[in-house]
Amino acid sequence: MLKYIGKRILFMIPLLLGITIICFFVMHLAPGSPTDLQTQMNPKASAQMKERLQTLYELDKPIHVQYWSWLKKISHGNLGISFSSDHRPVTDKIMERLPITIIINLLSLFIIIAIAIPLGVLSAVHQDSLFDKIAGVFVFIGFAIPTFWLALLLMIFFGINLGWLPISGLRSLNYEYLTPWAQIVDLAKHLILPLFISSFGGLAGLSRYMRANMLEVIKQDYIMTARAKGLSERDVIYKHALRNALLPIITILGLSIPGLIGGSVIFETIFAIPGMGQLFYMAVMARDYPTVMGILLIGAILTLIGNLIADVSYALADPRIRIS
Amino acid sequence: MVAGSGLVLLLLIISLLAPWLAPFDPGKIDLTNVLASPSMNHWFGTDQLGRDVLSRMIWGARISLKVGFVATGVAIIIGTILGAVAGYYGGWIDSVIMRFVDIMLCFPTFFLILAVIAFLEPSIWNIMIIIGLTGWMGVTRLVRADFISLRERDFVQAARAIGAGDLRIIFLHILPNAMASILVAATLGIAGAILTESALSFLGIGVQPPTPSWGNILTAGKDNIDIAWWLSLYPGLAILITVVGYNLLGEGIRDSLDPRLKK
Repeated sequence: MLKYIGKRILFMIPLLLGITIICFFVMHLAPGSPTDLQTQMNPKASAQMKERLQTLYELDKPIHVQYWSWLKKISHGNLGISFSSDHRPVTDKIMERLPITIIINLLSLFIIIAIAIPLGVLSAVHQDSLFDKIAGVFVFIGFAIPTFWLALLLMIFFGINLGWLPISGLRSLNYEYLTPWAQIVDLAKHLILPLFISSFGGLAGLSRYMRANMLEVIKQDYIMTARAKGLSERDVIYKHALRNALLPIITILGLSIPGLIGGSVIFETIFAIPGMGQLFYMAVMARDYPTVMGILLIGAILTLIGNLIADVSYALADPRIRIS
Repeated sequence: MVAGSGLVLLLLIISLLAPWLAPFDPGKIDLTNVLASPSMNHWFGTDQLGRDVLSRMIWGARISLKVGFVATGVAIIIGTILGAVAGYYGGWIDSVIMRFVDIMLCFPTFFLILAVIAFLEPSIWNIMIIIGLTGWMGVTRLVRADFISLRERDFVQAARAIGAGDLRIIFLHILPNAMASILVAATLGIAGAILTESALSFLGIGVQPPTPSWGNILTAGKDNIDIAWWLSLYPGLAILITVVGYNLLGEGIRDSLDPRLKK
């Protein structure tokens, strides 16, 4: 098992290098050098800013030298200084916002699993029933609905018409004066809509996948064997079939991580949640390049870590993987 | 599939006939009639500058379809060429291409698009190309899988035996047999590209006003969320219906091509 994990980690190194190369490429995508762009596009860009960009990316040196020195900097966790008026290190700005984004994403992952799996299993077991058909329509709409629009509608309905839920931020203005219990309720109320929105898209995909898996597994010979042994339908479905149908779900969850992280830009911006997604959006709008590059890199590394966790959990769950 | 192709056709007609269908000039500002709620004159109301929302949505359909088609076209061309080369040649070429795909898949697509937009001007052409450049990986995998299973077939051997070159075999012999799955990927890809464009325009980094797009009408909807629900409701519904249409069509094509689903 340890050998397997070691191998997976070794596999990550070329991917990580590739990620840095693509980030570096994006940075040089702009016509001319980023400093030219900075001064042309942004009338507020000062000569001092231009100089800062020069030293950060060492743009006067040959391209492989630039890449190497940038790589050395980021390997020390130095992502440069933000262009925004606070002039703080990008690493600090990201790190103070990262926990919120990760917690919300983990919570939505949990919600997705808790709802999508039973939904998929029930749809498969009662294939073509009324329940299956309703779930099918729900899934289809889930695939097609723009989540930011759904967020707007929910804000209008629950936030404005009914006035039940707050529509922006994580805390009310009077948060400091609330009792600890009321603070938790306040936070939970602020989280309901963002969590609903961030899980909605993934929900449709996963439940559909679970249904297809379950239908596939039910056709297998070992299920027929289990039935032939005279096991109850309940045991056949929930012990024999479910376990095997659940395995590939681990991989799918791993694959859904980039989508979740990417989606955080949208819901954090709409609901004004001070996470990494909102920081990214603000950095893009302000052309704060060091922050943009830093978050792009962190987003890819988070995906890589998520995939590693998925691979390892798969190997833990399925002995066939770690032997081969 | 019938419903899907019907919806897709309807949208094509609407966007082609936009100049004749739109009751008003989509850019005509009427400051005496801002944020008017839906009425007989303005079916979907007016926006914060008094422009007719229905007319803007009809013109917005053009933008959405344009972005959907061009972005998907870029993704399909890149994906098909890389997938065909990887699947046909195998070996180190295949390894290099597929590792590149793995690396690209590590990036949250939306992050990559946003990062590139930060460096370029958010014009409609840039948006289309960027969405295409970040969306070809799935197509590559699909085409590669098809090519791997097709390249050893007898008809390929026969073509090789009569002296056909690699390019000829790839594009004239194998590719037509892989077209079915490419077509499905393209149809579903258009839906995805339209969703991405609307999200970008909604965030203000996609199609820039005054050019109307469903996404940027929704931005006005968010700004006036407590007073003008019609700005939020109708454009989103249009996106939903469009995406449902392309998804239905794509899944319909896939089902009709999959022999396992035939009864």
